[in-house]
Amino acid sequence: MLSDKDRIFTNLYGQNDWKLAGARSRGDWDNTAAILAKGREAIITDMKASGLRGRGGAGFSTGMKWSFMPKGDGPLPHYLVINGDESEPGTCKDREILRNDPHKLIESALIAAFAIGAHVAYIYIRGEFYNEARHLQYAIDEAYAAGLLGPNAAGTGWDFDFYIHRGAGAYICGEETALIESIEGKKGQPRMKPPFPAGAGLYGCPSTVNNVESIAVTSTIMRRGASWFAGLGRPNNAGTKLMAISGHVNTPCVFEEELGVSMKEIIEKHGGGVRGGWDNLLAVIPGGCSVPLLPKSICETVLMDYDSLRAERTALGTACMIVMDKSTDIIKAIARFSQFFKHESCGQCTPCREGTGWMMRVMNRMVEGRAEIEEIDMLEQVTRQVEGHTICALGDAAAWPIQGLIRHFRPEMEQRIREYKMRHGGTGLVQVPQGALVSDSIAAE
Amino acid sequence: MNLPVPGNPDKVQPDSFAFDATSEVEIAKALARYPAERKASAVMPMLYIVQDQMGRLTGSAWIPVVAMDEIARRLEIAPIRVYEVASFYFMYNRNPIGTYHLQVCTTTSCWLRGSDDVVAACKKATGISNFGETSADGKFTLTEVECLGACSNAPILQVDNDFYEDLDGPRTEALIEALRRGERPEPGPTIDRCGSAPEGGRRTLLEDAVAVAGIPQGQG
Amino acid sequence: MVKVFIDGAPIEVPAGSSALQACEAAGKEIPRFCYHERLSVAGNCRMCLVEVVNAPKPVASCGFPVGEGMQILTDTEKVRRARRAVMEFLLINHPLDCPICDQGGECDLQDQAYGYGSGVSRYEEEKRAVTDKNLGPLVKTVMTRCIQCTRCVRFCTEIAGTPELGAVSRGENLEITTYVEKALTSELSGNLIDICPVGALTSKPGAFQARPWELKKTDAIDVMDAVGTNIVMQVRGGEVKRIVPRVNDEVNEEWLSDKGRFSVDGLKHRRLDRPWVRVHGKRQAVSWQDAFVAVAKRLEGVAGDRIGAIAGDLCDAESMTALRDLMSALGSENIDCRQDGAIYDLSDRARYTFASGIVGIEDADALLIVGAVPRHDAPVLNARIRKRYLAAGRGGFPIGVIGAQPSDPTWGYEAVGDGPAALNGLLDGSNPFAAVLKAAKKPMIILGHGALTRKDASAIQSSVWKLAEEVGAVGPDWNGFNILHTAASRVAGLDLGFLPGKGGRSVAGMLKGGVEVLWLLGADEFPVGEIGPDTFVIYQGHHGDAAAARADVILPGAAYTEKSGTWVNTEGRVQQSFQAVFPPGEAREDWRILRAFSDVVGYRLPYDTIESLRARMASINPVFAGGVALAGTGQAAQGGEIDGAEPFRVPVQSYYLTNPISRASETMAECARVYGPVAAIAAE
Repeated sequence: MLSDKDRIFTNLYGQNDWKLAGARSRGDWDNTAAILAKGREAIITDMKASGLRGRGGAGFSTGMKWSFMPKGDGPLPHYLVINGDESEPGTCKDREILRNDPHKLIESALIAAFAIGAHVAYIYIRGEFYNEARHLQYAIDEAYAAGLLGPNAAGTGWDFDFYIHRGAGAYICGEETALIESIEGKKGQPRMKPPFPAGAGLYGCPSTVNNVESIAVTSTIMRRGASWFAGLGRPNNAGTKLMAISGHVNTPCVFEEELGVSMKEIIEKHGGGVRGGWDNLLAVIPGGCSVPLLPKSICETVLMDYDSLRAERTALGTACMIVMDKSTDIIKAIARFSQFFKHESCGQCTPCREGTGWMMRVMNRMVEGRAEIEEIDMLEQVTRQVEGHTICALGDAAAWPIQGLIRHFRPEMEQRIREYKMRHGGTGLVQVPQGALVSDSIAAE
Repeated sequence: MNLPVPGNPDKVQPDSFAFDATSEVEIAKALARYPAERKASAVMPMLYIVQDQMGRLTGSAWIPVVAMDEIARRLEIAPIRVYEVASFYFMYNRNPIGTYHLQVCTTTSCWLRGSDDVVAACKKATGISNFGETSADGKFTLTEVECLGACSNAPILQVDNDFYEDLDGPRTEALIEALRRGERPEPGPTIDRCGSAPEGGRRTLLEDAVAVAGIPQGQG
Repeated sequence: MVKVFIDGAPIEVPAGSSALQACEAAGKEIPRFCYHERLSVAGNCRMCLVEVVNAPKPVASCGFPVGEGMQILTDTEKVRRARRAVMEFLLINHPLDCPICDQGGECDLQDQAYGYGSGVSRYEEEKRAVTDKNLGPLVKTVMTRCIQCTRCVRFCTEIAGTPELGAVSRGENLEITTYVEKALTSELSGNLIDICPVGALTSKPGAFQARPWELKKTDAIDVMDAVGTNIVMQVRGGEVKRIVPRVNDEVNEEWLSDKGRFSVDGLKHRRLDRPWVRVHGKRQAVSWQDAFVAVAKRLEGVAGDRIGAIAGDLCDAESMTALRDLMSALGSENIDCRQDGAIYDLSDRARYTFASGIVGIEDADALLIVGAVPRHDAPVLNARIRKRYLAAGRGGFPIGVIGAQPSDPTWGYEAVGDGPAALNGLLDGSNPFAAVLKAAKKPMIILGHGALTRKDASAIQSSVWKLAEEVGAVGPDWNGFNILHTAASRVAGLDLGFLPGKGGRSVAGMLKGGVEVLWLLGADEFPVGEIGPDTFVIYQGHHGDAAAARADVILPGAAYTEKSGTWVNTEGRVQQSFQAVFPPGEAREDWRILRAFSDVVGYRLPYDTIESLRARMASINPVFAGGVALAGTGQAAQGGEIDGAEPFRVPVQSYYLTNPISRASETMAECARVYGPVAAIAAE
């Protein structure tokens, strides 16, 4: 497990001063010019060597992503776009960076922007994070006043402007091209890819979109070295990661931990254990609602990192866990996600627009048990029809939690249906007409 | 969408809208953030500016159609493009709301930790019976929102721009009563914890902040 | 070129092609709803999914660029499954109202459901219902049928240039609307009906009138303006039920103006369906023979120079030829096809036509508009200007305007002046737009009838021509000096020399007693009230409009849907139209009327068939037989002085009511009421 000396986010809880003076005392903005002096290529090489994988969920190599940007000075400006649209249920880590370590983010953004040849960065912050955006704006203003932003930012010789664009309540804007559309003043509807943002992104210009955390760790990696970061975690799953625990644990919280630590250990240590003890655990959603859940049996042993979770047919996602104990109506928990995805579908493409509503309605019936057993298979098929057929990954994200539920909790779903039929006068096998009431039913016994 | 049409007696849409001086300052700041030929980017900030101004001047933070038309005019885009944006994003209120906008998260993380109780408390304290309604006194509008992104501090009630965290039924009622009295309790956790640290004290970052960063002070 | 493999077969396609285009080039049909080749790619319907070897997921072929050696599979089980999935999603919330849907029979969703739909629905939940929108008098909505493909939104935004439709809200609540209820203001709105792949947007005037499979289709040319839009007239029960555009990339692409599409009901009203003769001040229905005799008697003893003829704006070249020959036989030089009194430079055909061609707009890199209002004069041509404007990007196609424009001409422009005096500033270089034109490689000037119908039109033309020469708008490789006509018959009239001969009178000269006998061939757009009180008026035409009311003899003719005829559009393009229905009652094709009458006055026009008449036309001007047009048919512009004090007129007439057919149309009347008078703003 991670020791305090290896933590990057040292003001995670806002226990100390988040403003410039406090940030400087924690080592931020300390001779940033020396880092930029290494040059673009060296920084990108270091980032690749650090093994940092995107912290927003997809887990793509950050250094690699930066290297996709055109080299040299083309006719179009480059943009760094930082994704702070943290909106996936269960996920609440970037919020802590925005409000408690804003200077670490700004300084890292300068380094990243330099590496990709951008003089302007936009950070997209979800609209609900009003106070977080205020903190960041305060820090930006401080940085401009101190010469850390603007022309020759921080004495690096690199001109750099940093702007906030606030979202307004649309999960889909966390998708990088939807986010770009949103900054351009449009509806947050994802674009078709190709072209990818590195070719034609914000305003049609080469752009790199990175998660807040992916950017914010850059300054520390540069200072402490790629090998330091790569030495933490497991091979191909390097470094530390902000994680969170919500749901049925004794002490839900956000924390920084090394990748590759066992889920159980993490829940015990940071979450203070499952409410009612480990044996009271029902399931864990390991990284935001779009990843399939894991039943307790797997949670016993699985490690929290990209590859270990992939091997269990789920994903690390944002590494923000939702823990559910045995009191949980697991069907309802997942049905609520279906409602979420239906609410957040942009409506642009057919499978997602129509499929999310369909899935939600069937899931809501599944919660009641007002369904047929065969409809579980039909529901599964519908999720497969959505998955892989949409413009962006929201369709997949809407499909996966249901698939995970069916994979691991099908007996509970069938039981719910049988109980409904019994309650409504059937035998558990006989079909009950929709909306039939107990009093109306022909209760034979 | 319940837009008043001409001849509708329940007309709520005002006939005109003009930005006030405070808003103009904000508009200038917003426009400065984007390239001059890309000023359509400012449509989202401008919608917020309208909503804030309406809240400031009328006590109801919402966006009338005439204001959207004014935004379109300022940004030299078609009004329909503003309508599209305003209707796409959930935080823009296209109908009048109460003085306080109670936005309760009921998504799974909050639900697991008792958002049902928070909803019930909101309804009880305001007399509202369904989401989307405004209390009889016009003070509160209750909205069900999706995940607010503070799941480790669930359940959350967002009042206007502020998160009130780690709520339960009684604390929610107390909060609403305080609002009714015109108070604005400090946002954040309503139990003993520092931000998103575990309740009862943090378990990491226990060493001195500077030493933790691993950087000797005054280097290079 | 890029080599790709479609279902294993190699094919070369241009680099940058989409997978869908490559598949089409290989003859593979790809189902689609949102994709439309003239609109931007949205990629939202997901019906065009194909399999690309090595791609993890099926890809939307409409927006997927091909790469060298790419292997595309269009008909695998994976592809079929994906399309069936999309079709199922499209249908779960689509109503089962095909039997009462006007789109039935030509509905993309219906057609593709045969290929990819399931016989049963697995959707047990409640279906979505969407409130219908009122988009004005022309486009009817049944929004529950909408599949959110956004073709209509893209059409309004991109082609029509009237961004009023949008897709508001999100998710399954996404709906197409104007948001604030309003009638669409585009003169091209009827095209929404064509591009909507389902029955969400259908024709309001044509609702529940006919089924597409019952309609007999005839190719024709639109006469509501001078663009010469290629159309199909669709007929049932002897009535033109519907007019839709036909693709002609050089003329109208696949668009049709609203007047061309929706004036069709005007063909049923106020028709002249039998001959009439005024006897003692009262009009009486008579036989053809009696009508002819009445005219012949009145002509007896009248000197040729006391007889005149005016051809109207909708006339076919055949009837103008016959009338011209008849007048010539009667010894009259008093013929004119310029009802509006326009003055043209007739010394060179290039100076009285849209010489660059409509497609030439797409090559131009700067444009000066003088006294024309393209949005109303020729909406379809205006769409081409907008297309060029959008394609060129910001500042890439500067447009300068002298004269007034509607509040939104659908493209951005610089006001150069409000009247011809501004031409001086361009000629002496003091107006900065002169430099813009000079810098352009292919500058274009469009001269419209706001300028040509003035007294100083000759002087204006001389100035504009001079300017064109100075800025390089006319040269061996490029002719960007363009006349924008508004009357469908005009260029043919000019080509045929339907103009006053030596010493002959023009329209103005024939009025106020200038002639004793006046033959009006569908002519209603001149000051009818100025016909001399003693002038004997013969009105040959199809509608009881202004001139028929003044006529002493009415000879009922055929509307453009009721005759085969030749029209020459503003470009000078000769196009033929075919007869779709018969004229009502005793009305006859116009050239036959003239031919029959010529017998009565003892001069038999020398053609018994339309072929021989067309041979006669070709003998007047070879252009009618596909030959090289006569260089010129008349005099050059005479120069003179520009009236600098007088700005170009703002057109006051409603776009919807410019000719006898549209004025007889209830639909057009409703449009005129809803949209009010043309709101034009001065350029300065």
